[in-house]
Amino acid sequence: MLDSILGSIRGLGRRVTDRIWRLGFASRFFIAIFLHSGTALRRFSLTIREIYFTGVLSLIIILVSGLFVGMVLGLQGYDTLQRYGSSEALGILVALSLVRELGPVVAALLFASRAGSAITAEIGLMKATEQLSAMEMMAVNPIARVVAPRFWAGVISMPLLAALFSALGVFGGYLVGVQLIGVDEGSFWSQMQASVDFRQDIVNGVIKSFVFGVIVSWIAVFEGYDADPTAEGVSGATTRTVVTSSLAILAADFVLTAFMFRGI
Amino acid sequence: MSAEPLVKISNLNFTYDRRPVLTGINMEIHRGQVVAIMGSSGCGKTTTMRLIGGQLKPTSGSVSIGGQVVHELDDEGLYALRRRMGMLFQFGALFTDMSVYDNVAFQMREHTGLPDELIHDLVLMKLHAVGLRGVHHLMPSELSGGMARRVALARAIALDPMLMMYDEPFAGLDPISLSVVGQLIRTLNDALGACSIVVTHDVQESLKIVDYVYFVSEGKIVAEGTADEIRKSTAPYVHQFIWGEADGPVPFHYPAPPYGDAMLQEVSRAR
Repeated sequence: MLDSILGSIRGLGRRVTDRIWRLGFASRFFIAIFLHSGTALRRFSLTIREIYFTGVLSLIIILVSGLFVGMVLGLQGYDTLQRYGSSEALGILVALSLVRELGPVVAALLFASRAGSAITAEIGLMKATEQLSAMEMMAVNPIARVVAPRFWAGVISMPLLAALFSALGVFGGYLVGVQLIGVDEGSFWSQMQASVDFRQDIVNGVIKSFVFGVIVSWIAVFEGYDADPTAEGVSGATTRTVVTSSLAILAADFVLTAFMFRGI
Repeated sequence: MSAEPLVKISNLNFTYDRRPVLTGINMEIHRGQVVAIMGSSGCGKTTTMRLIGGQLKPTSGSVSIGGQVVHELDDEGLYALRRRMGMLFQFGALFTDMSVYDNVAFQMREHTGLPDELIHDLVLMKLHAVGLRGVHHLMPSELSGGMARRVALARAIALDPMLMMYDEPFAGLDPISLSVVGQLIRTLNDALGACSIVVTHDVQESLKIVDYVYFVSEGKIVAEGTADEIRKSTAPYVHQFIWGEADGPVPFHYPAPPYGDAMLQEVSRAR
């Protein structure tokens, strides 16, 4: 009886220390990426190649989702606003919700599942097939040559994708609100222009998406690098990338929003 | 043969998770030699190679290459040393996102400032040496296992290494590829004036090409000698290994509690 209680306490302790140890490893890995970023920045073609794979190839899903989210916002927003007779404010509602929240957050969630999982699987499989070991034996540091370019590509792509998501979303809101429902076009755009503040709304949105880009890319490259070199290990790591980065994005979004939009 | 060995392993011990993997390994490998490290699976052969390549640090003892102690080198020194080593991994470990040409050119592009025209000629020379100049435009996924390993060999000799290491170069190859790879190891070693370490359990194929053999069992060297000495050896372990006998010092069964007890236990649990 006592043994089983002690055993479960020990098991709990081991799980906690394992997590903390892993977090420490992830932090050291984060620092190592910065220390070995010279190659990725000096030979920028390496990073550009990864921007193509992570950013450009994610465009379709980001653009289509942005358009539909905007269209739905248009429908729902109009439905609520017209009850108060202020349907012209639809432009403000669509633009602010996209630029401040939905653009960075939804784009980051999509980015984590589209590009983050791909990065993890690729690095994990490179490890499983000894490609990373081979690179080390060829005197090439895999963190500098494989990890850092993918990390920076994610960090650079994320704000651009979030901006495109918001832009397409605003266009989707315009399509539904103005073209379909018939909200006045002039007030839709002019109210949006008057109410969206560059510093307060757009810059803060860009900062958010930049932070999310760092989070997703860091988690994706770390999970890949730390994956068990087996089929099971790589699939587990890919799942962890999507789950952990989604939760981290939502938590970071709450914290960032609390700091950015106080008392407005 | 020069007096000073190129690779000298002295009293090497390695422990993983408190379990001793290697104990008291001593080896000397001279320039021009092809040396085999043989032993059954899991006896510590690959670990030995990783210790030589500096991917692991020994618990005690040392590996020195050309007078430099591997585990005492800093990152920069270790990378400088690795530029003069080539390693062939068991399944080739070709970079799957690059063509055969780019794989072979990888080290030249990373470590030398050579112009593209020269790299082009060198890559074709290396591929020609392994008989695969015709596949330079293919991707690794389009190659057979034997071809992939030969391309990996071309990549490993890209910078004319002084020390070549082969991890199970014969595993899973058809008889023709097997003898081609065997011959290549010997020819390339002699052409480069390098020394080669072949980790393998393919006795017949490797005895054809090697100068010296170390037998490793349970992390210890249990026998060593030239190919002829090994063939004639009467040591029970070597005899069992070379003739592939089930009976001998290497047991068929992994250590386990008595058979009868285990059977009874299973039954009671099933109830």
